[in-house]
Amino acid sequence: MDKKISVKVCLGTTCFVMGSANLQELIDIVPAKYGNKVEVSGVPCLGLCSIDWEFSKAPYVKVDDDVIKEATVEKVLTAIDNKLKES
Amino acid sequence: MAINTPKQTSHLKREILVRLIRSFLSDNFEEKTRMIPFDMRPKGSEVPYRCCIYKERAILRDRTVAGLGFSIEETDDSTLLSELANKALDRKEPEEHPLTVLTTACKGCVPSRIYVTDLCQGCVARPCVNTCKFGAISIQNGKSVIDPEKCKNCGMCVQVCPYQAITKIIVPCESACPVGAIAKGEDGHAKIDFEKCISCGKCVAACPFGAVHEKSQIIDVLKAIKSGKKVIAMLAPAIMGQLPCTPKQLHEAVLKLGFSDVYEVAQGADVTTKNEAAEFVERLEHGAEFMTTSCCAGYNELIAKHLPEIKPFVSDTKTPLYYTAEIVKKEHPDAITVFFSPCVAKRREALQNPNVDYVLNYEEVGAWFIALNIQVDTCGESSFKTEASAEGRNFAQTGGVAKAVQALLPEEIPAHPVLIDGLNKQSIRDLKKYAKNGVCDIGNLIEVMACQGGCLGGNATVNNYKAATKQLNNYVKESKPIKDMETEKIGH
Ligand code: SF4
Ligand code: SF4
Ligand code: FES
Repeated sequence: MDKKISVKVCLGTTCFVMGSANLQELIDIVPAKYGNKVEVSGVPCLGLCSIDWEFSKAPYVKVDDDVIKEATVEKVLTAIDNKLKES
Repeated sequence: MAINTPKQTSHLKREILVRLIRSFLSDNFEEKTRMIPFDMRPKGSEVPYRCCIYKERAILRDRTVAGLGFSIEETDDSTLLSELANKALDRKEPEEHPLTVLTTACKGCVPSRIYVTDLCQGCVARPCVNTCKFGAISIQNGKSVIDPEKCKNCGMCVQVCPYQAITKIIVPCESACPVGAIAKGEDGHAKIDFEKCISCGKCVAACPFGAVHEKSQIIDVLKAIKSGKKVIAMLAPAIMGQLPCTPKQLHEAVLKLGFSDVYEVAQGADVTTKNEAAEFVERLEHGAEFMTTSCCAGYNELIAKHLPEIKPFVSDTKTPLYYTAEIVKKEHPDAITVFFSPCVAKRREALQNPNVDYVLNYEEVGAWFIALNIQVDTCGESSFKTEASAEGRNFAQTGGVAKAVQALLPEEIPAHPVLIDGLNKQSIRDLKKYAKNGVCDIGNLIEVMACQGGCLGGNATVNNYKAATKQLNNYVKESKPIKDMETEKIGH
């Protein structure tokens, strides 16, 4: 069986305040849309926000090893679609 | 509009707050503040929203003015941010009105009017021409044309067009304001009439350009803490659904910001509940047909400015913030008190209460955690000295206040709650009707919340409404029912 795509929504404080509070719905949307091909979870600080002024690019979401900056629900879904097309 | 829809403008406002806090904590506050617009849009950077980099910077500069706590309208364009930073340090008291409109951002949106779209077929029936009472519509080159001089914006033509070709362009802030206090003027920007404004914050949330700003008091609070004074935080109940941590972790995280103590406003909410329940019984025994709650600051301002006739039916009990601040000042007469608020209205209430020195909203608190790199979910846990009840903590949700009062009512005087879940033109009409008739046909305990969803739907909240509700409910579930608390101990 193919390896699942992993989606990590950062729910650390910086990302949360900068907008990932509104990405929590991904945790419901993704399994409903992609079934078990994609694994999604909310995770603590990914460690990306504390470098320099990188907080301004929060919220961060990781789709496998790709980092999505200033993530929105649409951006994340597009990234998942692209991954699925590649594989 | 759904409650708390994600907005790019919030991202900008919060980024500026973080930068301001970091500037304050740096060794050169004035200069670092002056540089904020340039740091955010350095030479050669992308221009994400406006026509050019200069306009972007000008707008960021204006947003920073609000972050420093000043009125954008009253600040001269030539004043440097560094000068304002200095002035903010000297300020003794925050400005009177909590809101300010960023005129440079506001120009983009067109005044409200009726507009004929391309869908107009120039039909033979021409119901639009016939319906317009003001003779504002004529047919030119086979299409319907509106004469702006004659049009009164009534919208009749919109309703009769069989192709739905005519639409009303709305101004988001104007249509969100329940009391007609904000309007786009001749000069193209929105202006708030503070005589009418009830500080409900709906325009702040509605403006797609993020043009309406709260004047921040963050610098005043940072300054108080830096001066080494005892500064005490009072957390409104809604905050327990706002950040990704437990309430005990939040207690610890707030101490890390430099506060010397942290109180839950739910503690004051318990006093409100106790007094309001007693008042309800007394009023009904004296023949009153109904009573309305009095804890929402937006509603209280509505009563004072637009609905004096309902005053006799409004509970005289004070707000949770009032009681909490009173307790804190009694226990610590030398302390500076800072209220953590979900909305503009409470900011306004605090400005009028001598026991509350400053207010921060949840966006500002969140920005402060970011500025200091505090991850709230890694903080240790510590407890509030006084435990509040489940009902007090539940004040933040629509229905919460009514439920709390009900919990303390004797069986022979049952309440039939009516929930006003958000003030808008319709619900204000309903309240007017109840006041006029002296009775409310659907119940006897009217709970009024200016925001849809209650405080969890406040304009300055950060969490998504559904998630916030879930988080708050968990906290309420693990708290003690108010019935089980000894009455004389409530609030102490
Ligand atoms: S919604 Fe109101 S405040 Fe916002 S840009 Fe339009 S007129 Fe200005
Ligand atoms: S705060 Fe509320 S009452 Fe005041 S202008 Fe804005 S929408 Fe109107
Ligand atoms: S909080 Fe998301 S990367 Fe740190």
